Amino acid sequence: MSQPHRHTMEAVAVSHRFDVSRPWLQRLFNGEPKRFLRAVDDVSFAIPTGTTFALVGESGCGKSTIARLAVGLYEPSDGDILFEDQPLSSARAQPALRRRMNMIFQDPYASLNPRWRVSDIVAEPIRAFRLATRPNEVQARVGSLLAQVGLTLRDGEKYPHEFSGGQRQRISIARALASEPDFLVCDEPTSALDVSVQAQILNLMRDLQQRLGLTYLFISHNLAVVRHMADRLGVMYLGRIVEQGPAETIFRTPRHPYTRLLLDAIPDLEQIGRSRTPVGGEIPSPIAPPPGCAFHPRCKLANDRCRTEKPAHIAVGDVQVACHAVAEGRDS
Amino acid sequence: MPLLEVDNLTVEFATRRGSLRALDRVSFSIEKGEILGVVGESGAGKSLTGAAIVGLLESPGRIASGQIRLDGGRIDNLPPEPLRRIRGRRIGTIFQDPLTTLNPLYTIGRQLIETMQTHARMSDSDARRKAVGWLERVGIPAAAQRIDAYPHEFSGGQRQRVVIALALCAEPALVIADEPTTALDVSVQAQIITLLKDLTRDHGTSVMLVTHDMGVIAETADRVAVMYAGRIAEIGPVAEIIRNPAHPYTDGLMASIPSLEHRVDRLRQIDGAVPRLDAMPDGCRFHPRCPSAFARCTAQQPELMAAGATRAACWLHA
Repeated sequence: MSQPHRHTMEAVAVSHRFDVSRPWLQRLFNGEPKRFLRAVDDVSFAIPTGTTFALVGESGCGKSTIARLAVGLYEPSDGDILFEDQPLSSARAQPALRRRMNMIFQDPYASLNPRWRVSDIVAEPIRAFRLATRPNEVQARVGSLLAQVGLTLRDGEKYPHEFSGGQRQRISIARALASEPDFLVCDEPTSALDVSVQAQILNLMRDLQQRLGLTYLFISHNLAVVRHMADRLGVMYLGRIVEQGPAETIFRTPRHPYTRLLLDAIPDLEQIGRSRTPVGGEIPSPIAPPPGCAFHPRCKLANDRCRTEKPAHIAVGDVQVACHAVAEGRDS
Repeated sequence: MPLLEVDNLTVEFATRRGSLRALDRVSFSIEKGEILGVVGESGAGKSLTGAAIVGLLESPGRIASGQIRLDGGRIDNLPPEPLRRIRGRRIGTIFQDPLTTLNPLYTIGRQLIETMQTHARMSDSDARRKAVGWLERVGIPAAAQRIDAYPHEFSGGQRQRVVIALALCAEPALVIADEPTTALDVSVQAQIITLLKDLTRDHGTSVMLVTHDMGVIAETADRVAVMYAGRIAEIGPVAEIIRNPAHPYTDGLMASIPSLEHRVDRLRQIDGAVPRLDAMPDGCRFHPRCPSAFARCTAQQPELMAAGATRAACWLHA
């Protein structure tokens, strides 16, 4: 047995840039430089083993890029991702470690091969990692995986199109669990589902976490879902984590103006007929982010310093916040 | 008299294996200046109801029976040309995806001006001035310059504002908004909801707001119709539907929504899935998933009946 690790996954000053330059010839004619989109900018966090770390933010904030970085689908441009204290690239080179991380995707209609029977979809990781080789052994494992997510072995004989969206997401989860992982990256796992089915999947994910001691990196734009799932929380805006810490603390006393905006913008069942003054503006393009704090054009508290100087993370209690106004005490 | 009356609307799709009933005797009304929220999960028939009202049912779908009346006059049996005049002039529509609503080849000014001139006689310069006014009202900055821009030059939130301007510029009496904020981020969604509420209040417009997001409904609607499997399960004032739901489906739906205010260990879930059109259960369509079902529910289909402050189609209230 290996030593127990305090953190299953850790991101250390990770950045990821996409090259969005025009074709070489056009650049040459117009004398343009290469252009980069900074999808993730100097992001650090650590996920304690057996807990859920959630990333929230609106479209284009870089949360899905982090999901892909976390399982090695992308290489970070700068910084390191560690899996159980080893660099991710060397962890992924070892099948014994590689099988211990997996991913659940948003769209259960696109992430299952329509030509395969469900039992083959779930059996593939078992065969690939040689967790079982004899057909009846594989069959037994598939049966118990399907039972874990509330399906039966007879469902395994069917094809994905015969299932509803919620059942397909159960199949995705069974497949993700087939390699006996400890760490699951869940990118918007319930966004394509109706609320009554979403509740089924979220309950299932929490049951599995308790039973199997799983560690989750949970990505969502839905703050209420995140509140239900997260132990720790990171709020992202234009590629940076602007606030992170224990989820309860952030939901109770949000510090960063963007976190407050997000929490305030969500229409809530408990506020019937509320009238409000919404914050203006939209998320700027990540190709040309505003200088200084990227949130300053929409921020009521912004001053000259916010417009020029990028705020560093400061600790407020056990929460990390990147905001000059909070640092200077201008935020109340 | 209510502005819109939908009376026993039934929509069927003809298939090789017989006709499938997608909407089954749906009845509701919308008063002048009222916002009616229509909620339900995918396949409940919310969007289909909206499409039937504006006469945009796609073949092989057709209205099999029932009536739709606007200001007392039937609009469900009109020939295409009069119906087209009603659509736009009397009924405006806002759909989920602003990119497919706007014509990418025309400037937004041209689309606004054309819409207004189709429905009312006005000179080009008048129409252009009004178009700029509408763009200002929906919050497009520098409207006088932006009017000559093409849809792709606007962001998603701005495009949805343009679509709202387009739906309201002919000053219709009724707006059908089908998931108007679903494709938008929450901070932009809040802007669009506020805009829609303010504009309809200022103009006394009635709105049928179709969405799956109960939070949006809570903030916007006066009354709510909850749809399940092609029928209205419950209809009533928004506060009653949310706080005192009478139908077990409404109750389950409300309880399955994770809350921002407090965290629970387990969400209440409704087991099972929405039945398929070709395999509708007998009796109440919700009974296989209903925790309170009893013998009558499996045999006899309930109609809407008084249930406290709302009306629910549920034998618990018989």
